[in-house]
Amino acid sequence: MPSRLGYEKVAMSTAASVAKLMGFRQERIEDLKTAIAEACINAIEHGNKLNDGLQVGVLLNAGEDALEIKVIDDGRGMKTLPPRPDIDKKIHGEEDPRGMGMFLIQALVDEAEWVAGANGKSSYVRLVVRLDPPNE
Amino acid sequence: MQTETKSKVEQISSSAGHPVSVLRFEGDIASTSKEAVLGAYQALSKETVKLILLDFTKVDYINSSGIALVIQLLIEASNAGQKVAAFGLSAHFTKVFTMVGITKYAGLNPDQATALAAL
Repeated sequence: MPSRLGYEKVAMSTAASVAKLMGFRQERIEDLKTAIAEACINAIEHGNKLNDGLQVGVLLNAGEDALEIKVIDDGRGMKTLPPRPDIDKKIHGEEDPRGMGMFLIQALVDEAEWVAGANGKSSYVRLVVRLDPPNE
Repeated sequence: MQTETKSKVEQISSSAGHPVSVLRFEGDIASTSKEAVLGAYQALSKETVKLILLDFTKVDYINSSGIALVIQLLIEASNAGQKVAAFGLSAHFTKVFTMVGITKYAGLNPDQATALAAL
């Protein structure tokens, strides 16, 4: 999809549809939607620098008990993860109010992995959400 | 693609008779919502407005940029000695707001009546 803010909603609704078909409960689907939105926004803003000529790729892999999503951009990837956001520091002006996307991604899915692409391109974040084990 | 954020301000009174300004938001809250969120807040008088409610009942989608705008609002309110409470967030976004720690600076309530009582 194009590197244009707003298009993350396409990925959100597609992932939500797949997750619903897989049997995820609604709360988990909402978690996934927010996580994929943040991943796409990061790809659009930071990976592709809002360059309309570049695409963000979203791959969905529905496994037996887990949904894996990859969000791919043409950026160099993350060398280090930013520190955990601190609301007290934000309120007191010691930290930028922004910068919570990666924290939310990690908090809302079961696995999150950022992979820098080779040759400084095609970096991606890999997200995994697992189905709840069936009730015995 | 993002639904434009609409906002409006209403003046109500608390049960104790204190004036309360309610900022009602509608649509998506994202990076493009600065005018609707911060603009609406900044139009309030910092001298006379001391109690503020944020109404998220009609908000469909909030991303981290939108949350950052809410935090900026809370920063300015804190500096102005204003008390802020919020209501109407979905269960999911209540969880997200709690995760980022906003509850330390603005209570989250299920509805307007509860939020008013908490102010």
